[in-house]
Amino acid sequence: MKNEDLQNIINGLGENLEFTTEESEFLNVLVPKEQLHAVCSELKSNPELKFDYAFCITGMDWGKELGVIYHLNSTEFQHEIVVKVKTEDRENPTLDSVHDIWQTAEFHELEIYDFFGIKFNNHPKLRRLFLTPDWEGYPLRKDYVDEANMIIK
Amino acid sequence: MTDQEIKNKIKTEEYFVNMGPQHPAAHGVLRLLLTIDGEIIKNVEPDLGYIHRSIEKMSERDSYQQIVHLTDRMDYLSSNINNEAVCLTVEKALEIEVSDRVKVIRTIISELTRIASHCLWWGVMGMDLGALTTYFYAFRDREMINDIFEETCGARLTMNYNAPGGLMYDIHPNFVKRTKDFIKHFKTKIPEYDRLLTGNIIFQKRTKGVGVLTKEDAISYGATGPVGRGSGFSCDVRKHHIYSAYDRVDFKEALLTEGDTFARYQVRIMELWESISIIEQLIDNIPEGSVKEPTKAVIKLPKGEFYQRVETARGELGVYINSTGTKNPYRVKFRSPGFSNLSVLNHIAKGSKIADLVATMASFDFVIPDIDR
Amino acid sequence: MNFLIMNIPLNITSTIHDWIYSIMPETAASITIMVLIAVAYLALFAVAGLYLVLLERKVAAWFQLRLGPNRVGPWGLFQTIADALKLVSKELTSNDRVDKFLYNLAPYFVIVSALIAISVFPFSKQFQAFDINIGLFFLIAVSSIGVIGILVGGWASNNKFALIGAMRSGLQTISYELSVGLSILTMVLLTGTLQLSEIVEVQRTGGWLILQGHIPAIIAFCIFMIAGTAETNRAPFDLVEAESELGAGFHTEYSGMKFAYFFLAEFINMFIIASIAVVLFFGGWLSPFGITDGITWFPEVLWFLIKVLVIIFLMMWFRWTFPRLRVDQLLTLEWKYLLPLNLANLMIMAVIIWMNWTI
Repeated sequence: MKNEDLQNIINGLGENLEFTTEESEFLNVLVPKEQLHAVCSELKSNPELKFDYAFCITGMDWGKELGVIYHLNSTEFQHEIVVKVKTEDRENPTLDSVHDIWQTAEFHELEIYDFFGIKFNNHPKLRRLFLTPDWEGYPLRKDYVDEANMIIK
Repeated sequence: MTDQEIKNKIKTEEYFVNMGPQHPAAHGVLRLLLTIDGEIIKNVEPDLGYIHRSIEKMSERDSYQQIVHLTDRMDYLSSNINNEAVCLTVEKALEIEVSDRVKVIRTIISELTRIASHCLWWGVMGMDLGALTTYFYAFRDREMINDIFEETCGARLTMNYNAPGGLMYDIHPNFVKRTKDFIKHFKTKIPEYDRLLTGNIIFQKRTKGVGVLTKEDAISYGATGPVGRGSGFSCDVRKHHIYSAYDRVDFKEALLTEGDTFARYQVRIMELWESISIIEQLIDNIPEGSVKEPTKAVIKLPKGEFYQRVETARGELGVYINSTGTKNPYRVKFRSPGFSNLSVLNHIAKGSKIADLVATMASFDFVIPDIDR
Repeated sequence: MNFLIMNIPLNITSTIHDWIYSIMPETAASITIMVLIAVAYLALFAVAGLYLVLLERKVAAWFQLRLGPNRVGPWGLFQTIADALKLVSKELTSNDRVDKFLYNLAPYFVIVSALIAISVFPFSKQFQAFDINIGLFFLIAVSSIGVIGILVGGWASNNKFALIGAMRSGLQTISYELSVGLSILTMVLLTGTLQLSEIVEVQRTGGWLILQGHIPAIIAFCIFMIAGTAETNRAPFDLVEAESELGAGFHTEYSGMKFAYFFLAEFINMFIIASIAVVLFFGGWLSPFGITDGITWFPEVLWFLIKVLVIIFLMMWFRWTFPRLRVDQLLTLEWKYLLPLNLANLMIMAVIIWMNWTI
């Protein structure tokens, strides 16, 4: 399905969604964080969209905001889309977990929590996956400083 | 008393067993915390990070040519394919069109890497199930491929032959002849593998019906590669998002529907045959052309987000580069196939026995540096 | 007690026997003879164990397209001596919560039962330490004592993995003893006697038992080989010590000499199973078709050893080719397939003997 048609359908699923196709080969949708779970459920269950395969879930630090980028693909129609969600709160960022929609998110959200500190509501067991449980700080954030372990040119 | 009443009266306790980071059957440093009741597994919790080298953070301060060298060490059994992924992303961003010669050579080397990885997988699968001889037979064939690589690329494991814009240098004059000899030799070996393991009744009893993964679960968990294809999820990147020279060869996607360990095993054996067929179609007519397109010494990608996916021996590897126009990327994310495959393990290991867990893990073919990055 | 004199060519032993009887009173002399024979068997046991380990490594290497130990001594002949020296000099570590008495006792069960079992075999006409008229029965009874050693060792180690391994081994051995006993019983129907030297005599006149009993004897041999391999915890039934699953099974906590005891005992058990097979099915120390019967100086021990080595090679071949079975598949194999097959085979053999259809 073409990007314009996708945009039309998805626009009806929530409010204040921002669409863009510049600087990316996919259609990007920026979703406000309160509507994330609802929009994502619709993206999966809507019979014309059917985005059932989340092939890449990335955490991101845009400098001011933290967020998550979901790359979605539909195995039936073979169209793809990118969903982005941002939060300005850097002290205690929380987002909704989508692991009940795409079960691969369970592990990816653990990774994002480990490296960015974003907590996910309704996650079955949020814990540090890669780093030791007593590690302080969130390494992949841009303001992470660690003189002992980081070598910066 | 009914069965359930008896079970309620006899109290059994669950206990924790650590299949620790140092273990002959975990393929690398993987720690699994098992909760077991007798011989039945109740919960599997993987604990990762023993070989985490923060490749993604390092990529944010390295140049694009240096990132290629980091990716070798992620999934070291498909190192050529990992390199190809980053190079393709950079070429897509810079809109460089590489010559046909480069595409064909990249494809041949990727398929040889896939054969080498599957050889090692086959040897280790037999070894995990107790047939210790298969390891030696598999390595005998893998050595031949390593020798070919050593002559052309200079290294046996971390090849680094791809560079953004093409290849590092041209292939060795002996490459074509040695590859053809290897293909001829290997075609007689796969039936030997079949006789040793595939047709063995003990092996079939250990793997049929064990660790079943349904198609919906495979899609939802993002399990790609032979794991997904053994469950009926058609996810071969070489077919759906064609790259390099895969549009000019004719091959089938290995797809089965049972979803058990034996199906995943058979998918990989079928992939061995398909890889041989791809190499045979390409090896005789490698087109002439330039081996490397000129790029600037300091590569700067334009502002934007770029995504490229390739098919490694384990599944779909995705490279996501977010660039702000400088010489280092702003964010690099590697979507590793092993990470998504590992998340399936808890789901399918519940209710099976420890011996089944070992067989299932062998069929998933984990390489832990790929999961840990 | 009746001792059959070991007749090594040149009559050394009868000379020693007479000499000892001449210098000591009778009871002391017979005790000295007993001690000498025991020491000789211990030496045989140690040497056999050591060289069987080397043979296994060489055979494994041959299957795996490589060479095997060939540095220490010509063809690696001194390799296991070097290994034994290393094991003897190792520190005996254990954790402080093991049950000290049982932990130290466990290896001796397996060793002693293996040693007692060797003593009844007829290595040749004159070379048998203990020829009693319930030979086979005694043999089976004694070899089942070894299980106690494994269970006690696993329990006393205070280690989850060791306990799981010991439990698995216990139930495996107990199940397969049934099959071993029944297949032996099938052949006893043919011979009519339990005394081992008599069984060999029956085969001298009538031909090897496996030919005399044709179909049921061949079936009994196949079942005996499968059950015997399972008795000794060798692959494909070696989930007890499955390295790729749970560490090292029931001997995880043992090191040094005690580990060596368990290890050697496994090889001696293999020797015992092979010897039973040779005596019962393949004619013991008799030469095939009576080739060397006329040559008096030819040591018949050599025929016995050659046949035993062929059967041991077969068991090693199993180990390096097949993957291993899961524990419930193992039990299914025994209780649902081998046991009914064995009982049916017993009936067939009985019918054949009754109708005089033996060869």
